[in-house]
Amino acid sequence: MGFEKFGSVSFTSESKAVDFLKFLEEDKMMTTKCQKCGKIYFPPKMDCNVCGSSETEWIEIDEVGKLVAYSTVMYGPAGFENEVPYTIAVVKFPNGVQIFGRTSKSIPIDNIKVGMFLKPAPIKLPPDKVSYEFVQS
Amino acid sequence: MKKDVAIVGVGQSPFYRKCGMGARELCFMGFQEALKDSNLKPEQIDASIVCSAAEYDKQRSPASVIADYLGITPAPSFNLETLCASSSTGVRVAYSLIKSGLHDIVAVIGFQKMSEITSHEAAERMGRGGDIQWESPFGVTMPGYFGMVASAHMAEYGTTPEQLARIRVKSSIYGESNEKAVYRKRINVEQVLNSEIVTSPLKVFDCCANADGAAVVIMANAEKARKITDKPIWVLGLGGSTRGTALASRLNFTSVAVSREAAQAAYEMAGIGPEEIDVAEVHDCFTIAEIVAYEDCGFAKPGEGARLIDEKQTYLGGRIPVNLDGGLLSKGHPVGATGASQVGTITRQLRGECGKTQVEEAKIGLIHNLGGPGFYNYVTILGRD
Repeated sequence: MGFEKFGSVSFTSESKAVDFLKFLEEDKMMTTKCQKCGKIYFPPKMDCNVCGSSETEWIEIDEVGKLVAYSTVMYGPAGFENEVPYTIAVVKFPNGVQIFGRTSKSIPIDNIKVGMFLKPAPIKLPPDKVSYEFVQS
Repeated sequence: MKKDVAIVGVGQSPFYRKCGMGARELCFMGFQEALKDSNLKPEQIDASIVCSAAEYDKQRSPASVIADYLGITPAPSFNLETLCASSSTGVRVAYSLIKSGLHDIVAVIGFQKMSEITSHEAAERMGRGGDIQWESPFGVTMPGYFGMVASAHMAEYGTTPEQLARIRVKSSIYGESNEKAVYRKRINVEQVLNSEIVTSPLKVFDCCANADGAAVVIMANAEKARKITDKPIWVLGLGGSTRGTALASRLNFTSVAVSREAAQAAYEMAGIGPEEIDVAEVHDCFTIAEIVAYEDCGFAKPGEGARLIDEKQTYLGGRIPVNLDGGLLSKGHPVGATGASQVGTITRQLRGECGKTQVEEAKIGLIHNLGGPGFYNYVTILGRD
């Protein structure tokens, strides 16, 4: 699997972090942790810019986070015209990482509030793409 | 006050929705005005820096053809890009070229012909405005990023859509008297609030529009500056900051980290604080961006930016007048030209040339110029003799 399988429209074909997508396919939301200095990253980084190590391990994000910012997009960029409206959001987790993504359409737009509890859930985008979305915990 | 490098000439084309001419011809308009302003001839320009966001240019590496069209070859020229902050970065680089002694007189040429590409091409580029690996696959937009900032600012500090609308109302008042602005019609709070939502909570009138335009700043060392003009405008402070594209790496969403850091660095270099700024231009690509800029530049404490607009403290006659040329919201935002246009406005304010929008006795001015949704900010502090 190449990195172009990520999301509705991907602009990246290759990345050392491609296992992120393999895990999504296995219904797991993972990110990387530096094996040497222990720094946890999101988005995943296969190289640690704190200690210079490229030895990383994948760890699962199974916590619940808090919504810190969001916006419901009415006009999408090219390739997303048919998906609007959708809500982009950043959720902050207890381990310090912040994750950018969309909220699930199962959450009514009027119910979306800064401070609400959300967790990321892997999703499949037919026919063969993967992503994740935020769902209520 | 350091008097090493000065602005000796500024010029700007009108900003247009669609200019109906070539990019090099747009640049010619801005450059000729700057030449007249400084009484310089093209052959006196020792080097030029051509600033634009290359994603809108059909011409690969436009510095060459533009320098040729302006008649400033074979002096060295090159392209420089930091998205919307390109020409403020140009001012910073011109300062270093002059201060190092490498060149005496340098022209910073900012331009963008955004109407060059189709709306589909523009929508495609917009989608790549963030981190293409981790964000673009979700369908990000530039207004979307600032909508997120607005949501956080509203939740944390209680900022309201009415307060955002007041920023646009101020912009429309000053835009009305700027002959080079795209939008010159006054609008009221209700019109802003009743306009269509683009991306929550931002509405059509909360957003600036793409535009075509060029703006030019000519800078010189102290010796030349004294000979060129009796009103040199000195570069007192320069501050810059860069941060990663990924939203997830942001510290918080109620402030723009690069703006705070760049302002801090510029104040430090100038040896002054925000209370000494008499007039400012801030990057109001969206109404919320101006409120956050008040806070990031230190004109208001975090969370109190909206109060400045409520109390009209950023109007002419207020404590710190901001964007008296109408800002991006009224002028339009030809990405590469915006910073040089802001620098032009502050230069003319400090020379006392702004007529009915003139801030009385303006001695020190600040320019805050953001690139992308928080990738870059370059802050410039200028002062008169």
